[in-house]
Amino acid sequence: MIRTEGLTKQFEDFLAVDEVSLDVCAGEVMALLGPNGAGKTTTVRMLTSVLRPTRGAARVAGYDVVTEARKVRSSVGILTEDHGLYPRMPAVEYLDFFGQLYSMKPEVRRKRVRELLGQFGLLHERHQHIGEYSKGMRQKLALARALLHDPPVLLLDEPTSAMDPESARLVRNAIKDLRSAERAIIICTHNLVEAEELADQIAIIRRGRIIAKGSPMALKQMLLGPGEFEIRLATTLNGSPAALPPGVTISAQGPRWIRFRTSHPETDNPLMLRALLDQKIPVVSLQEAPRSLEQVYLEAVNAPDGREVLDVL
Amino acid sequence: MFSDLASALIVTRREVRDQFRDWRILAPILVLTLFFPGLMNFTAREAVSFVSRYGAPVIGDRLIPFLLMVVGFFPISVSLVIALESFVGEKERRSIEPLLSSPLTDLQLYLGKLLAVMLPPLLASYLGIGVYLFGVHRQVGWTPDPILLVQVVTLTTVQSLLMVSGAVVISSQVTSTRAANLLASFIIVPTAMLLIGESMIMFWARYNVLWWAIFGQILISGLLIRTGIAHFNREELLGREIDTLNLKWSWQVFWRAFVGESKSVSDWLRRGFIQTFQRVCLPLLLALVAFTAGGIVGAQQAQIFVLPTELMDINNLQQGFVQEIEGFEALRFFSVESVPLVWMHNLRVILLATILGLFTFGVMGLIVLMLPFILIGYFTATAARTGIPLGLFLTAFVLPHGVLEIPAIALAGAAILRLGATLSAPAENRTISEALLHSLADWAKVMLVLVLPMLLGAAILEVFVTPGVALNIFGN
Repeated sequence: MIRTEGLTKQFEDFLAVDEVSLDVCAGEVMALLGPNGAGKTTTVRMLTSVLRPTRGAARVAGYDVVTEARKVRSSVGILTEDHGLYPRMPAVEYLDFFGQLYSMKPEVRRKRVRELLGQFGLLHERHQHIGEYSKGMRQKLALARALLHDPPVLLLDEPTSAMDPESARLVRNAIKDLRSAERAIIICTHNLVEAEELADQIAIIRRGRIIAKGSPMALKQMLLGPGEFEIRLATTLNGSPAALPPGVTISAQGPRWIRFRTSHPETDNPLMLRALLDQKIPVVSLQEAPRSLEQVYLEAVNAPDGREVLDVL
Repeated sequence: MFSDLASALIVTRREVRDQFRDWRILAPILVLTLFFPGLMNFTAREAVSFVSRYGAPVIGDRLIPFLLMVVGFFPISVSLVIALESFVGEKERRSIEPLLSSPLTDLQLYLGKLLAVMLPPLLASYLGIGVYLFGVHRQVGWTPDPILLVQVVTLTTVQSLLMVSGAVVISSQVTSTRAANLLASFIIVPTAMLLIGESMIMFWARYNVLWWAIFGQILISGLLIRTGIAHFNREELLGREIDTLNLKWSWQVFWRAFVGESKSVSDWLRRGFIQTFQRVCLPLLLALVAFTAGGIVGAQQAQIFVLPTELMDINNLQQGFVQEIEGFEALRFFSVESVPLVWMHNLRVILLATILGLFTFGVMGLIVLMLPFILIGYFTATAARTGIPLGLFLTAFVLPHGVLEIPAIALAGAAILRLGATLSAPAENRTISEALLHSLADWAKVMLVLVLPMLLGAAILEVFVTPGVALNIFGN
């Protein structure tokens, strides 16, 4: 649904986006992560046919972003970083205006506007001027605008950044529903917990280049090494366990716990338990040590320049 | 076509509705529509009564149409502010991005916004004119000549179009309202001068001249609209985050365009320059047409502004010319030192024409270069009228150095026209800055390879050959 190959954008002598290749299918969410100024917004603008790529190609919803720009823009719903609302307009009028721009019929428009305002809890405030809205309400309204024409592709920049936890949950659920409804979605976000929750794929962009890309699990494996497991013990352990299965290394140890790494947990974890039990060390629990996407992100963006792109798709 | 306009009108309706929600726009429009015409009615009545007491009713007669123009102009002055707010203000508030992400074309957006910023002030202006006319008819019994009324209404409309189309060009080049307001002086100052000129015409009561003012403004508005359409595109609007002048990049683009892919000077002359020359062929043709027209205009003026015949009498001329020849030494003709003086003079003119052309789509640059041709036309026609053979006059005073100077000026005019026109022409796959730098490189190539050497040759001929030829023909 979204496919780019070597997408590049140069502003005068500044290379904003450099050879970006992405592939997002229908029913898939990709989180585009990266520091400020990394090229996320420029990439999104090229995908909405607002900016013309300097080199490379991109197809969105089957249309070429350069030669079929109008069709691309009709097929994309975009939530921009700055929501781009008109403060003197009532919300209902604002959505109706965009409905007209997307050539929606009046009765369809009215129904859809009401439906979306209801979904995001703005129905009672629909006649209020947008200027009177809170930040979170504005963000929800902007999201409603992006969804108004029911586009097959959604490009969402920081969809929950200004929202309270309840609203953020509402929006995340809406995104999950859209994924289930076979929409292709790209989310640009700094909220890594949200990215981990929603994304099927993560692409990390730095100085215009994609430096890592893949599923959250695969990226963790690739960037943080083999999985880490923690065993909680019932008694205090003096020294390391005497015999460890081959391939298992102790990464940290406390009086009543051990952390170890293994590339083959399915075979090594039972062996590890057996080794402890053989030494008459009672085990309380064995579980995978949580590894956050934040660690993956920091590992990727702090890596030295020139490292090859990690593509684990 | 109609569906395009219908989409544009969606934007227009929204913007107009938004304007009517803003008291800062609404208040001045209401004041200028209702209160100001009333004030002008009062002024007209008092002025007419005052000047009649002192036997100068003509002042009152001229003042009433003048105030009609002023009443029409004041509300449309608001359109400049609305235009800056609508175009650059929306860019600054970032509310333009969702609009640019919609399926509307650049032209529909441009048209929608143009109509939105023009219509309310224009309607206010027409209403103000109506209020003024009603009041002045009731108070002093004055009714305008229908043609004058059409002229004032048309003038008001084209002035609004002129300001708004200029504001769009400015807005597309800046990212903040503050910068736009500063640059708006490029619109305010010429408009103020225009208004002074029109006021003079109104007091002069040569109302026919107003048609020329209307025609000129329609032409300039057309060029500005063309430029606005070229500049008002998504790439220009969103590709520029801050107003910076990147000299390093500019130089690199210029140098790449100047050198091209040439490997040596001969290669550059053979390939790169030939391509440049091909690009200036059409402007060259236009420049030649303009210069020919200049010569004809000059010749026509000779029939209107006639020189006393004794000044151009061949015998007097010969006598005077001999005296002049005696002064040639003081003027340093036939002197090597004069060559750089003549050359530099011509270069200064070319430079002035380039600077003027850059800001006026090449038009003013071309007009500057047309002036010598107007003079040639004028003096040749005057000489011919007094019996001096046309060919003889031209051979004596123009042709010896004109053989090089005229083609050089035509080439310079062509390069300037192309440079200025770049701003109004859409740049394919290039930003406006890139297109301008490429045209500047073409200008530099034409200057370096042809114009400068030809003007140097012309200066040598003008110092050493032309006076000699003139001496031979007209000297005793």
